[in-house]
Amino acid sequence: MVELQNPFKKITSLDVALEQLHDGMTIMFGGFGGVGSPPTLIEGMIAKNLTDLTLIGNDTGFPQIGIGKIVSQGRVRKIIASHIGSNPIAGRLMNEGRLEVEFSPQGTLVERIRAGGMGLGAILSDVGIDNEIVSAGKKRIELNGRTYLVEPALTAQVSIVYAKKADPYGNLIYDKSARNTNPLVAMAGNFTIAEVEEIVPLGSLSPEEIVTPGVFVDMIILSSGVNWKWAWE
Amino acid sequence: MGLNLDVRNKMAKRAAEEITDGMVVNLGIGIPSLVPNHLPETMTVMFHAENGILGMGPSPATGKEDGNLCNAGGFPVTVVPGASYFDSVTAFGMIRRGKIDVSILGSLQVSSTGDLANWIIPGKKVPGMGGAMELASKANKLIVLMNHTDKTGRPKILEKCTLPLTAKKCVDLIITELAVFEIVNEKLMLIQHFHTTTVDEIISKTACDILIAENLKVIDF
Repeated sequence: MVELQNPFKKITSLDVALEQLHDGMTIMFGGFGGVGSPPTLIEGMIAKNLTDLTLIGNDTGFPQIGIGKIVSQGRVRKIIASHIGSNPIAGRLMNEGRLEVEFSPQGTLVERIRAGGMGLGAILSDVGIDNEIVSAGKKRIELNGRTYLVEPALTAQVSIVYAKKADPYGNLIYDKSARNTNPLVAMAGNFTIAEVEEIVPLGSLSPEEIVTPGVFVDMIILSSGVNWKWAWE
Repeated sequence: MGLNLDVRNKMAKRAAEEITDGMVVNLGIGIPSLVPNHLPETMTVMFHAENGILGMGPSPATGKEDGNLCNAGGFPVTVVPGASYFDSVTAFGMIRRGKIDVSILGSLQVSSTGDLANWIIPGKKVPGMGGAMELASKANKLIVLMNHTDKTGRPKILEKCTLPLTAKKCVDLIITELAVFEIVNEKLMLIQHFHTTTVDEIISKTACDILIAENLKVIDF
């Protein structure tokens, strides 16, 4: 086996990656119902005993799947998500006033994340304009005869994502529906850690197939693999 | 009291009649997920999942599941030839841009003008809207598949929804275990009913005025 070169010093260990994460931080995570969430980083965050986190991501997973593990342990102060229904513990913590939840419609949420990653300030959308929860406190703008809500862009101190393959520059490709929010989340972190199933030599990914250019990725760690049982198992 | 599988499949079979060759279709969880079982095998339909798949196929055989290939409900699926994977932004761009021909959802309440309330019961169940707002307000045709009344027998089709709205004036067709309603120009019209019920029963279980189609049909399955 050829030893993997690390010319960009991005390939590192879980322990070094965890040095980037601290109590009270705003952390954005990839994944949809746990599919495509980084299992090794999540386990490491629990082992590091991180608390008082603000999380941004599609949903709260299931109680023992994906980011749900962190939410279920009461380590999160606030989450911005589109759905918490598959994690009853999240609902209970919200009702008890121990977890603040900001709901954003799924398509709007990912556009807000994309806008953050693309250096924009906000997006305009009419989705949820008739809904008091979605429209509460948001500015309205008339444009070309239509009314839109101003939906602020989202960024995070650190983003954590899961990908199938990375090269040493951090170029990423994903696996089937585990892509979901990951390419957007990868761009919206001030510092992005990618957990990957496989690290391949520089030049072995075709430039045509790369989904996330490595410029958006600051650290790469090798995944220990999914360590939860899926809901259907 | 839930509906037994036979009744659920009858509703799904009726909904399947709304799908034609070449359509792009998004299905919600519950009864809508039964609809593909009632489509002719020769029909080419691209099923869309908001987590980033266009061209979903049937569930895989036991032991063939792939944890990285799931639908929006988190359950394993397969893909058909011609399928594509994409990120969530693209998945919702398809919805907002009007590329979804038919969306079939469940609901808590629907108003006679087509308002949809299907995401929240204040103080009881607050799961979040997920992608329901985009699907409800942007799909070209929105079909609601739901029980005619709630668990305590109260009508779910009302003059005005009492629960917070998912989207206004978006429902085109309602299919219950009793009947099929079309909503055109904010008016609710009974167009078909199952042979197991009567117009009188339907009226008694619906909490708003109903127009009755001149060519009212009886569904005989």
